[in-house]
Amino acid sequence: MRYLDEYRDERLFRSQLARLTQIATRPWVLMEVCGGQTHTLVRYGIDELLPAGMEMVHGPGCPVCVTPVEIIDKAIALARRPNTILVSYGDMMRVPGSESDLLHVKALGGDVRMVYSPTESVKIALENPACEVVFFGVGFETTAPANAMVAWQARRQGIRNLSLLSSHVLVPPAVEMLLSSPHNRVQGLIAPGHVCSIMGTGAYEELAAKYKVPIVIGGFEPVDLMEAIVMLTAQLEEGRCDMENQYRRSVREAGNQRAREMLFEVYEVCDRKWRGLGEVAVSGLQLSAAYREFDAELRFGLEDISVAEPKECISAMILQGLAKPKQCGAFGTRCTPESPLGAPMVSSEGACAAYYLYRRHNGEMSEDECVPSGEGA
Amino acid sequence: MCLSVPGKLLEKVDVSGVLAGKVQFGGVVRDVCLDLLPEAEVGEYVLVHVGYAITRVDEDEARKSYEYMQMAGMLEGELTAFPGDGPAPAIDGVTRSPDFVLPASNDGEPS
Repeated sequence: MRYLDEYRDERLFRSQLARLTQIATRPWVLMEVCGGQTHTLVRYGIDELLPAGMEMVHGPGCPVCVTPVEIIDKAIALARRPNTILVSYGDMMRVPGSESDLLHVKALGGDVRMVYSPTESVKIALENPACEVVFFGVGFETTAPANAMVAWQARRQGIRNLSLLSSHVLVPPAVEMLLSSPHNRVQGLIAPGHVCSIMGTGAYEELAAKYKVPIVIGGFEPVDLMEAIVMLTAQLEEGRCDMENQYRRSVREAGNQRAREMLFEVYEVCDRKWRGLGEVAVSGLQLSAAYREFDAELRFGLEDISVAEPKECISAMILQGLAKPKQCGAFGTRCTPESPLGAPMVSSEGACAAYYLYRRHNGEMSEDECVPSGEGA
Repeated sequence: MCLSVPGKLLEKVDVSGVLAGKVQFGGVVRDVCLDLLPEAEVGEYVLVHVGYAITRVDEDEARKSYEYMQMAGMLEGELTAFPGDGPAPAIDGVTRSPDFVLPASNDGEPS
C-alpha cells in the first residue's frame, strides 16, 4: 500500500457516491473545515456530484487565509530592516498586506527566504551570526509543534539571533463560533484529519455533543472525503450526532502526545484575531513566558502595527461559509492569484484560489447572485 | 498548510542529538525530522508535514477501512455496475477504468 492510490480509486469513489445517493433523502448542508479538504473537493468536482440539494460549505481551515493583515505588515516591516533575514513558508510570500507583500519586499532587496521546513531557520541563524533571523510561522495545530521546535532549539542551543513571528490558531474555538452563530446553516462537519492526528479526537467529541451536530474526522483524498460525507449523511438520516473517525489510519484517539507536549512547552493559549472572523476567544497560541525572549514582536517593538481589511474583499463571508467565491463581484477580474485582494485567493488552500484554478470558466454568476462588495469588511 | 504526505521510513539516524530519518515518497527520498515521532520504526509509513513526521500510518486500519468500503460497495451491487469490470481492485495493484483520468498528483511536494 502507498496510502494514496487506494484512496483515489474511481470505482471505490463511485460506489461510495452510489451509497450516498441511496441514503440521502434531504438537502443536507455539510462543512469541510480544512482548506486541504476544500481543495480536493473542488479539484475533483466532488461537491458537484452530490445528490440534488446537498451542499458543501467551505470552512475557515486555511491558516494563511485567516492570518490578520497586521501580522503580514509586521513581517514586511521586519523584512525591510537592515541585517535582518525573514524566513517563512512559500505560502506566505504573496499574501497581500495593507500596502505590499513579502515577495515585493524581496524584489526591492529585502532578505526574504522561503523554506520547506522550520528547522532551516535554525541553520540560517547559525550561518549568519551578524544578522537577526526571524522565522515567520503560521498554522493550525498540525504545524504548531514543528514551528515550536524552532524556539525550543534556539533556547537549547543558546542561539541569540533567532526569533519568531507567530500567528497560530486553534480549530475548535473557531468551529464553535461558527456553529453558535445565528447565521449557521451547517448540519454536519468534516473535521480536519491532520489537526486531529496531533490533538486527538476529544475536542470534536465535545463539540458534537454540545451542538448536537454530527462530526466525522476526515482524510484528504477523494475516497476519504466521499466516505466522510456518507458517514455524516447516515448520521443525519438516522438522527444521530456522534463524533466518528473516518481517517483511522492516521488519527488515534489520543493524537500525538509528544507533539502536544512540545507545543505546550513553547506556546500558551491566547485570544486571537482571525482575518475574516475577528477576535475569537482562546483560539490562538503565543510564546509562553519561558520563550518570550524569542518573540519577534517584542524584540523589535512591533506590537502597535494595526490595519483594516480591504473593503472590496468578501473573505469574511467566504471564511464563514456564508458566500461562495463566485458570488464575489471581484472574483476572477479585480481579484486573481496574480493580483489578489484577499488571502483566500493567494493560498494554495484558499477557497477562492481553488475555484479560480478549477472552475472559473464554468457558468458565470448573474448579477443578483453576487454579494455586494464591502459586506465582508 | 496542513498538507501532509505519507512516505516509507527507510532508516533512522541521530544527527547531533536530533533524531532524523530518510523517508521515501514514491521515487524521492528526503531527510525528515523524527523528533515528534521517535517511536516510528524502519519500514513503517509515516505522515510528513513541513519536514517532520507527525503520525504513523496504521496499515491494519488502512486495510480494514479499504476492505470495508469495497465490501459495502459490493453489497449494493455497485462495484460490478461499471462496464468492463472484473473483480474488485486488489489493494496493491489498483486498477482504474480507462475513462477516469485523475489530475497529476503533487505527491512529495508539500507546500
